[in-house]
Amino acid sequence: MRTQAQPATPPYTPYHPRWYRTHVSTYWWMHRWVYFRFVLRELTSFGVAYFCVMTLLYVRALSRGPEVFQAFQSRLASPLFICMTVVALFLALFHTTTWFSLSAHAMVVRVGGKRLPGVLIVMGNYGAWVVVSAILSWLLLR
Amino acid sequence: MAKRPIEPFLWTLFSGGGVLAAFFVPVLLFLLFLAFPLGLLHAPSYDALHSLIAMPLVRLLLFVACSVPLFHWAHRFRYTLDDGLQIKHLNEFVDILCYGGAVVVTLLAALLLWNFS
Repeated sequence: MRTQAQPATPPYTPYHPRWYRTHVSTYWWMHRWVYFRFVLRELTSFGVAYFCVMTLLYVRALSRGPEVFQAFQSRLASPLFICMTVVALFLALFHTTTWFSLSAHAMVVRVGGKRLPGVLIVMGNYGAWVVVSAILSWLLLR
Repeated sequence: MAKRPIEPFLWTLFSGGGVLAAFFVPVLLFLLFLAFPLGLLHAPSYDALHSLIAMPLVRLLLFVACSVPLFHWAHRFRYTLDDGLQIKHLNEFVDILCYGGAVVVTLLAALLLWNFS
């Protein structure tokens, strides 16, 4: 159905519209705190990777005898490694807290047909975290 | 996002690794790499640690705890590079760097823990 206002053949326009594209800076994530926090959360994975690699090196040193292990331990106490470990530990803690906050959105737990509030799921995660950390500490400190 | 049949599997490894890392990494990082080397807490002896890791179950747990979180890292870093630096055109290179790195370290971990003596 054609309305009367519209001509039978639309007139040709020698005009090509330019696509609307805003330029996003490479450093967009430095412009706002929330963006920066997002990138920081993504980079917590480096703390996790550091843990994996260092733990494997720890096991390797352990398998090579007491002397090698002792040397490895004293290298771990050097300022460079302590700095890297402290940074990795902060990243790991940031990962744990953000991951638990996220779990409230990712997990839907229903009890008696009702959805459990997110606060309880987050608290449950923290509780389990304390238990896991306590068991591991007991294993290594007894 | 690239349409690849492997994508759901990568997301599973990402979240599995995220859970493992959230629970295991802070306490072990603090004890093994900070408290024990600095002497803040009394470290177990070499023999105690050695016999602990000699247990197959402990080695299996260590393998899981040191491999799946690597894929969590790979997944996060890949998207950080893609979005953060806007280098989607370097997709193949980034994928090989991230997932390939995780695969290589996982294989080394398997070798190391299997042959532990």
